Amino acid sequence: MDAPEPRALRPLEFRDPARARALAEALGRLTRAIGRAPVAVMHVCGSHEQAIARFGLRASFPRDLEVIMGPGCPVCITDVPEVDEAVALALGGVRVATYGDMLRVRGTSRSLADAQADGARVDVVYGVAQAVELARRRDEEVVFFATGFETTAVATAAALLAGPPPNFSVLSAHKYIPPVMEIVAEMPATRVEGFLAAGHAATITGWGIFEPFVARHRLPVVVAGFEPLDILAGLVRLLELVRDGRPAVVNAYPRCVTREGNRRAQALLWKVFRPVGGRWRGIAHVPNGNLRLRDAFAHADARRRFRVDAARLWDGAPAALVAECRCGDIMAGIARPADCALFGRRCTPEEPVGACMVSTEGTCRIWHEYGGHPQLGAAS
Amino acid sequence: MCLGVPGRVVAVDGDVATVDFWGVRRPVRLDVVDEAVAPGDYVLNHVGFAIRRIPPQEIAETLALYETLLAAADGDLMAADVRGEVAGAGRRDDRGRS
Repeated sequence: MDAPEPRALRPLEFRDPARARALAEALGRLTRAIGRAPVAVMHVCGSHEQAIARFGLRASFPRDLEVIMGPGCPVCITDVPEVDEAVALALGGVRVATYGDMLRVRGTSRSLADAQADGARVDVVYGVAQAVELARRRDEEVVFFATGFETTAVATAAALLAGPPPNFSVLSAHKYIPPVMEIVAEMPATRVEGFLAAGHAATITGWGIFEPFVARHRLPVVVAGFEPLDILAGLVRLLELVRDGRPAVVNAYPRCVTREGNRRAQALLWKVFRPVGGRWRGIAHVPNGNLRLRDAFAHADARRRFRVDAARLWDGAPAALVAECRCGDIMAGIARPADCALFGRRCTPEEPVGACMVSTEGTCRIWHEYGGHPQLGAAS
Repeated sequence: MCLGVPGRVVAVDGDVATVDFWGVRRPVRLDVVDEAVAPGDYVLNHVGFAIRRIPPQEIAETLALYETLLAAADGDLMAADVRGEVAGAGRRDDRGRS
């Protein structure tokens, strides 16, 4: 069976077509000036990939420029044992609340949706505040399975500092992006020559956070927004830095991002969380890549409040298809979705094998929806 | 998703603002935002928390992306994510079988 064609894209909807054309031409000139083929750069944000694919931006990239999505999907990099912990808690009779995308992500053998089908109490919430409300209204334990990067972890931290009810606790699978950029930069197969950093995460951390990375790895970083023109402008700045051999941080999104970032948010984040090493699904062990609750919040830490028995989930043999899933290589930028034999055939949004097809921020899901390299000729 | 959504502050009550997102009004917490926020301001909202007060001169450009997406067809993946943020609903992804 052949992979289905992604939906036909409309012609590019730039607000300023002349500026878009000028930026696209600059990308072509810069790629030629760099002279290596291909020139590969990486972004680490599902929303960037959505915008690149949704607006068909790759149609305006030069053929020798590869813009790769790295580990920027928080659902996708939530590790198997973390999902197992949430499933075990739910099956053990605790009410578990989480973000909608997490429901269908499988752990060793089961997902929270599977647990729910077996009668476990699992609630989808829009955010941590709804989970706290749930706990307030109920006379039972409520665990918030907290996933997402630092932008989302700040919300979890604020909710814990605001004094939630005693029957509320957090199972933290929060992840911290800066350390994983180091891991990807050091992977032997990586050809990445620069990074596009996500604007809204940098709203919190500030762009200064990338300076040590740039100094260590001699790779440029450009902070970019999400509007199609913001992304094109960010890529032009990034290629200029690559061409000039100038490893530096450039903020191409000054309307949202400052050097210091949101200091109040950073203070909340580090008051509640501490960085620890841990695995990111499909990627590697990432030193300081996981955010765990500090001792002062032990009372609200589900890992310390409950004895989480995930071992009983391990007797279900993992499905054979999972062994063929190339999610990890795709998130490391080594493979594209089309390089995976399962993509669009035995792995679809209806029956996903890997987490990259489950989440609306996963590379495979986005490419399945829009295509990665759009055929704009067919558009109407 | 890591894409915040902008909205206009209608009222402020302590640490919570009522914010209007294209006609949908809902509470947004102000614990995280690092500037004072008053009715009439625009804030960038992420999972129910304001993470930034948008400077007045940058509002129009910030809104443009969202207005393009909200005009898109219902089945559009990115537009659906933005609509979920606007509605502030725990959007379960019902595309799959479970």
